[in-house]
Amino acid sequence: MKVTLKVWKQNGKNGQGELKSYESPDVSPDCSFLEMLDLVNNDLESKNQEPIGFDSDCREGICGTCGMVINGVAHGPGHGTATCQLYMRQFKDGDVLTLEPWRATAFPVIKDLVVDRSAFDRIIQAGGYISVGTGAAPDGNAIPVPKENADLAMDAAACIGCGACVASCKNASAMLFVSAKVSHLALLPQGEPERERRVIAMVEQMDKEGFGACTNEGECEAACPKQISISNIARLNREYWRAKLLEQPVRVEKGG
Amino acid sequence: MILDGKVPAGPIEKKWEEHRFNLKLVNPANKRKHTVIVVGTGLAGASASASLAELGYNVLTFCFHDSPRRAHSIAAQGGINAAKNYQNDGDSVHRLFYDTVKGGDFRAREANVHRLAEVSVNIIDQCVAQGVPFAREYGGVLANRSFGGAQVSRTFYARGQTGQQLLIGAYQALSRAVSSGKVKLHTKHEMLDLVIINGQARGIITRDLDTGKIERFAADAVCLATGGYSTVFFLSTNAKNCNVTATYRAYKRGAYFANPCYTQIHPTCIPQSGDHQSKLTLMSESLRNDGRVWVPNKVGDKRGPHEIPDNERDYYLERKYPSFGNLAPRDISSRAAKELCDAGKGVGPGGFGVYLDFRDAIKRDGRSTIEAKYGNLFSIYHEITGEDAYQVPMRIYPAPHYTMGGLWVDYNLMSNIPGLFVLGEANFSDHGANRLGASALMQGLADGYFIIPYTIGGYIAGTKRETVDTQHAAFADAEKSVTGQMEKLIAVRGKRSVDDFHRQLGKLMWNKCGMGRTATGLQELLKEIPKIRDEFWTNVNVTGSAGTFNQTLERAGRVADYLEFAEMMALDALERNESCGGHFREEFQEEGEAKRDDEKFRHVTAWEYKGVGEKPAQHIEPLEFENVKLAVRSYK
Repeated sequence: MKVTLKVWKQNGKNGQGELKSYESPDVSPDCSFLEMLDLVNNDLESKNQEPIGFDSDCREGICGTCGMVINGVAHGPGHGTATCQLYMRQFKDGDVLTLEPWRATAFPVIKDLVVDRSAFDRIIQAGGYISVGTGAAPDGNAIPVPKENADLAMDAAACIGCGACVASCKNASAMLFVSAKVSHLALLPQGEPERERRVIAMVEQMDKEGFGACTNEGECEAACPKQISISNIARLNREYWRAKLLEQPVRVEKGG
Repeated sequence: MILDGKVPAGPIEKKWEEHRFNLKLVNPANKRKHTVIVVGTGLAGASASASLAELGYNVLTFCFHDSPRRAHSIAAQGGINAAKNYQNDGDSVHRLFYDTVKGGDFRAREANVHRLAEVSVNIIDQCVAQGVPFAREYGGVLANRSFGGAQVSRTFYARGQTGQQLLIGAYQALSRAVSSGKVKLHTKHEMLDLVIINGQARGIITRDLDTGKIERFAADAVCLATGGYSTVFFLSTNAKNCNVTATYRAYKRGAYFANPCYTQIHPTCIPQSGDHQSKLTLMSESLRNDGRVWVPNKVGDKRGPHEIPDNERDYYLERKYPSFGNLAPRDISSRAAKELCDAGKGVGPGGFGVYLDFRDAIKRDGRSTIEAKYGNLFSIYHEITGEDAYQVPMRIYPAPHYTMGGLWVDYNLMSNIPGLFVLGEANFSDHGANRLGASALMQGLADGYFIIPYTIGGYIAGTKRETVDTQHAAFADAEKSVTGQMEKLIAVRGKRSVDDFHRQLGKLMWNKCGMGRTATGLQELLKEIPKIRDEFWTNVNVTGSAGTFNQTLERAGRVADYLEFAEMMALDALERNESCGGHFREEFQEEGEAKRDDEKFRHVTAWEYKGVGEKPAQHIEPLEFENVKLAVRSYK
């Protein structure tokens, strides 16, 4: 089977982008979508033309490196899958596929379909962790965790940080990503001591990076390759307001 | 030369404790005056970076990914072993130590393995405290399962994503250290050379993958945690960008490479579907608890699986290993599958596959039970092959998965180059000739959290180093060799793509240095590799330029290294005239089973670089087994 690709080409975040057409070679329906792109790139190289820049690594849907918008859908037509988990049998011979990078102010384009997602790392650095130094841990069974909470925490922790939630949101909001981490740690007793400061710091950083607000469209959940639920966003909102209410008022030294 | 592993004296249970006491300490106020480079952010690299930063060192951390969280540790599925004995089923540090030494077919260093078993319990505590959501029982305590044929339940897990959750834990600890300013993180930086000054590792040269910029970084010590080399086979379960470049370039600067021929082939992977394929996908080993492995009795039987009656099927693992059956260890199951496919009994397109059949399990337990246990694996299989494994048997075939060989290190995890430490899969020390399931995660985190923080202090406090910065001539030399190689690659402008060469090499390595190896095959391989390498340097096509984003150039540099590394791997396999663990030399077997030669090969072989195409010098570290008695591994 063959497909026609219309691919976003762009050099650097200030470059002028444009869609460029490519024809795929004849590929087997058992070929993965990224393997099809490998073949297109091999063809381009053999003609001494510039290959299409795209990122991928594990190619089994767990590292979160790959990601592009295919015909307007983040990670393409599969449900609960990343771009690397698409196979050509999910498309038809002769299809025209438009491939675009994640589009968000907070994710500047590096090259073609490759974007800079370091904003996500900075959000985690702002507070997405439990402050426990190596060697300071009590026995693993010292703090029992109800199975239900452990399971819910695991559901949230399954996030792979790919950025599809941002790319699929009309506001380019990172609320699903942030809420997954806040939920994961807030649901566990180990996360309790930093619960309030964590959510406030992460939300502040999220705003600073230029991500938009959440207007409950649910596009993020639909695009998420790990099917992270938007109920986490509801939990994030609760956690945030709870933390704000509990915030210590600023002590005024002298009255007026 | 005989290498000294610097194993401390004393009884095995006391070695690590006494050694920690004997190691020199760096004064807390002085730690901030020292800089450590850590390359790689998988389990070993991320945990080392975080732990060293907490101690007060200035840490410079590098990864070629766009985020530290993407390192390939993330893909590990099954679990992590620890001798907690939470199940009261007879586990202990000594049993985990014993199982690991025996599982490694008596080719690992006893003292290292014992230390690994000792700190395994601390790893679980650390990860739980970080918020790793391990599976739990209803009472809130940690759940365990038995894994990889172990007779005790010592494996901790987080669904089928244990590697992901442990890595996220280490990544979060690293992120905390970044926010405290003690770690300076450099993502999208690929290490391309090691800088040595006065015989000590003092820095690295990197290339910024977004801009092509070459940079120099100086430090008091360098830690490599850059993973294994399974992608020498092109097709493997490893991520697309995994490579040998960091360790190989350190080797070219004088670090010894140990046991490169020890590679692990995982028995249950989805077979290759065509020449377009870029990687292979692992199906969890747990499937063998209920699936039965078989091939048709008749050579070239083209009937569908349902048309083949039971008496015309060969359930070969049950036939050959009645007591272990379908649960025979990885190396043994892999070889059995290869043997039958080579005999023409393989199934599926190309004939390189065997059936893993759930028909009987579904009949016995009902479809819903099987679905509850393996539903996600059946859906992965469906996604990749388009087949419904509830209706037709799965097809599986072995694939390269993990590499036990790596840079040689002593008990302190330091290579023969002072100041160069090697952690995780990148070193050679703990798994011998075969790694047991759920032990890779354990070793990566042991090295990073609990070993390097002590041993690096001993080095920093105990050696004299001259003050150097990146203006030193050694940095300029290393940078020149890096840029020179890139210019050379781009100047070729030949006709064949980088991937084409990588595939050619991979196929050759798989056929002659994969599951079964022979002296004749390896000798042929040693003649063929230099020919491919010569053609590579005259006919490879690398488009674009060096001073910019260029993914083709990234791959070209890695393949260039593999074209040299493969030769050392084949040589190592040829020189090791025995079969042990993952290294199976067809000449050395007894009734189809691996035959070790403890008299001649009870040692580590470490290779010293002598030039491209030149035979490397061979060094030996003898292995002593004082606590585990040498025995034949039998699973019949």
